[in-house]
Amino acid sequence: MGLISSTHSMSRYYIEGAFEGGTMEEVRTGLIENAMPKIESEYEEISAGWTPFESPYNPDFEKFSFVFGTYFLFSLRIDKKSIPAKLVQKHMALEIEKKKEESGRDFISKNEKSEIKEFVLDVLMHKIPSIPSIYDVLWSYEEKQLIIFSTQKAANELFETLFLKSFNHKPIRIFPYTKVEKLGKFTDTQKDKILNLTPLKY
Amino acid sequence: MLDIATAYNKYLFLGNEFLTWLWFLIETEQDITKILGSGEPITLEIGNSLSLENNLGDKSKEKITIKGDQAGLEEGTTALRKGAVVTDINLLCKIGEEEYKFSIKGESFNLTGLKTPAIDTSGSEDEIEGMVIEKTFLLLKVTGVIDTLFLKYIERRISENWKNEEFQEIKRWIHVEQ
Repeated sequence: MGLISSTHSMSRYYIEGAFEGGTMEEVRTGLIENAMPKIESEYEEISAGWTPFESPYNPDFEKFSFVFGTYFLFSLRIDKKSIPAKLVQKHMALEIEKKKEESGRDFISKNEKSEIKEFVLDVLMHKIPSIPSIYDVLWSYEEKQLIIFSTQKAANELFETLFLKSFNHKPIRIFPYTKVEKLGKFTDTQKDKILNLTPLKY
Repeated sequence: MLDIATAYNKYLFLGNEFLTWLWFLIETEQDITKILGSGEPITLEIGNSLSLENNLGDKSKEKITIKGDQAGLEEGTTALRKGAVVTDINLLCKIGEEEYKFSIKGESFNLTGLKTPAIDTSGSEDEIEGMVIEKTFLLLKVTGVIDTLFLKYIERRISENWKNEEFQEIKRWIHVEQ
């Protein structure tokens, strides 16, 4: 569920750091260099990259803008291959039968079984298409704040890694402690008091 | 600054306490606009769900979830009396004429099911920028209200009067007035 939808799920970040050169160009470079590849990798279980907000399946940042007013808006696309366990089970059974026939034995060793599993996973991974998930990213550079329209741990972790790699800015999750640290205007004495707070007992 | 993972776990209680405080403000009909010092009238109401959690001391937890549009919250206050804290709350926030509905989690401040006032999405591609800016304005408005309220809570929580005044009022609300 992205920015232009009726219902949103989102987590927020504080973005540390500032670009030394032209911000717009640095962001554009970071997006292009870490954009989702146009050609899907056949063997990778997970691949992630940036795509334009308006064109998640054609990651062309030359054609589509990432600047909307004073905000940067783009999407994180995560393509994931997921092989159903029952499909692995079926192909394992077929390959085991084949191996038994070929060897003339009525059993196969543990090692052979794990080799078969590796082979089956490899074949299926190659055949199965990736399922894409799109998460919009809204970055208010001036205010050092960012919203990602995801509350999923795995997607957020991939976002954090890719964002740091792309822009060399560390995204810091906004939660109670970081809200005090990054969004509050507390003095050092007040911060010390906050750090020493303990849970209330009503 | 503390290590992020350590800080998350050590101070998540502040988020849960904040949600409990919001519930107290709503139930005791306190003036949210005044607390925020806002030029626009701002009100909060409990929406259709409330979750509480109670650590039972032996690594086990008791979880209570109350759901429903007109659900009675008595079980929630009973849980508060037993030492539970609010971990997740669904709120209806009115800012002037605008209505926002969302659930907020105390430990992470993640927002789910957020509905902002509707924007016109029927425009052409050229109008996308306008839609994005309008939607962003609404999202930042409601997150700004939450941020300010949380920081106000923290200001009060570390004030000299907290223990003898507001904390006593909250305790009274939990123990006496239910």
